[in-house]
Amino acid sequence: MSNLEQAAGTIDLPQTTSGAGSGTWRYRALSPLALQALSWLAPVLLIVIWEAAAQGGYLSPQVLPAPSKVIRTAVKLTTQGTLLNDLGVSLLRAAAGFAIGGAAGFALGILVGFSAVAEALIDRSIQMVRAIPFLAMLPLVIVWLGVGEAEKVFLVALGVTFPIYINTTLGIRQVDPKLIELGRVQDLSTLQLIRRIILPGALPSILTGVRYALATAWLALVVAETIGAQSGLGFLAMDAREFLRTDVIVLTIVIYALIGVGADLIARWLERRLLAWHPNYGAAR
Amino acid sequence: MTVQFAPPSQSAPAPAVIVNGLRRAYGDRTVIEGLDLRIERGEFVALLGESGCGKTTLLRALAGLDPVQGGRIIAPRRPAVVFQEHRLLPWDSLWRNVALGLDVPDARARVAAALAEVGLGDRLDDWPRNLSGGQAQRVALARALVQQPELLLLDEPFAALDALTRIRMHALVRELVANHRPGVLLVTHDVDEAITLADRILVMRDGRIAYEHRANDSGTIARGDLLAELGVLAAPAHG
Repeated sequence: MSNLEQAAGTIDLPQTTSGAGSGTWRYRALSPLALQALSWLAPVLLIVIWEAAAQGGYLSPQVLPAPSKVIRTAVKLTTQGTLLNDLGVSLLRAAAGFAIGGAAGFALGILVGFSAVAEALIDRSIQMVRAIPFLAMLPLVIVWLGVGEAEKVFLVALGVTFPIYINTTLGIRQVDPKLIELGRVQDLSTLQLIRRIILPGALPSILTGVRYALATAWLALVVAETIGAQSGLGFLAMDAREFLRTDVIVLTIVIYALIGVGADLIARWLERRLLAWHPNYGAAR
Repeated sequence: MTVQFAPPSQSAPAPAVIVNGLRRAYGDRTVIEGLDLRIERGEFVALLGESGCGKTTLLRALAGLDPVQGGRIIAPRRPAVVFQEHRLLPWDSLWRNVALGLDVPDARARVAAALAEVGLGDRLDDWPRNLSGGQAQRVALARALVQQPELLLLDEPFAALDALTRIRMHALVRELVANHRPGVLLVTHDVDEAITLADRILVMRDGRIAYEHRANDSGTIARGDLLAELGVLAAPAHG
């Protein structure tokens, strides 16, 4: 290995220590920085070709507007329009739905994870409801709650509850029984046992649930907002459709994508922070 | 269930545990039947026996981990246990691990002293995954002793360690037990380990204590006799 590293070193930029973690068995002719740059090549090239095609008149603006046009629209809608307001409304709906659904899923998961009686009582019902694709509930939810804020928040909460619930119960069941036994030997109270051993042990699984839930929350919001919204990103897109404003539609899609990436980054950051002890997550310390 | 903070008296022998007529069965299968045992404070007792003879079952019963079907166990309070695996919580720093279940106001100071005793006094805020097997087992020892137990149960705690580390651990355990003077019950399948550490060796067979051997005046135990009791044919060369 050292020969290989040296051979690579002669044509390499100085290696940073942080880059040594992954793929050290592979031959690397480029430094991690160069590889990082290389990974951006394809997406950037794609956008350049897209822009060129649009400028050259090969793409009708009605079908797919140029990236530059989308950016100009973004600036215009931010300064003169309601883009920030709509974005805020959407984020608020997602946050409210996530908080409600997450709390419900977590509470139910804890209950079922700890109590066989609770499991017998409610787990089958939850599994049955879970079998329904939650978006199929939309017409019913609209009948119940109309097309206001409540319907949107409810739909997001519905999508969030199940992944959190399932991963919480799973995590609790996967806690090492030997550590629970240790807790008994150390004379922990039930509350201490939960706080010191069971919840930390279940945390990796719970955070996996959070990541799934972020994705479904976002999906639920997109669907809910395309129906009868008066504000929000989905409303912006639907409104733009009326006027064939493809640039605005593309803009909302890009924003949805960016927020999805942002949510995933937050989830990863949470994992790195909360699971710093875990060999599969967290930075070595 | 009283917690004693005063140092234990060194002179008068007081029982760390008394077991009378213990019975333990899994369904129809009786593993322990009519077992009597008494361990004094400061006394180091090793328990030998073939696999499946009920050694670990007895230890788990004493630890209060399994229910018993008959007899009495009288212990001043819950004994401390060191298992074969270190069982450190990977999400807690070493000091939080040692402090697990330690409900005293000066927990961190007590933990620091306990970790210093096992030679890891500078690793309070380190993490279990940075420890070697021997170091992790030393932390487990500290976690047991910081509770100031009157009875310390050791369930093959050195079995997974390499030979050199095991020798160092033997010396450390002897020193710790001499300082803290709990009654100790060591379950092991290593005859030489039992001879090295114990004041008294019990051999378990068919769910009862079948043989008992005390160290003689010079502190040695007849290895040959012991091996014969365990059903191993060996020339009784060592005295």
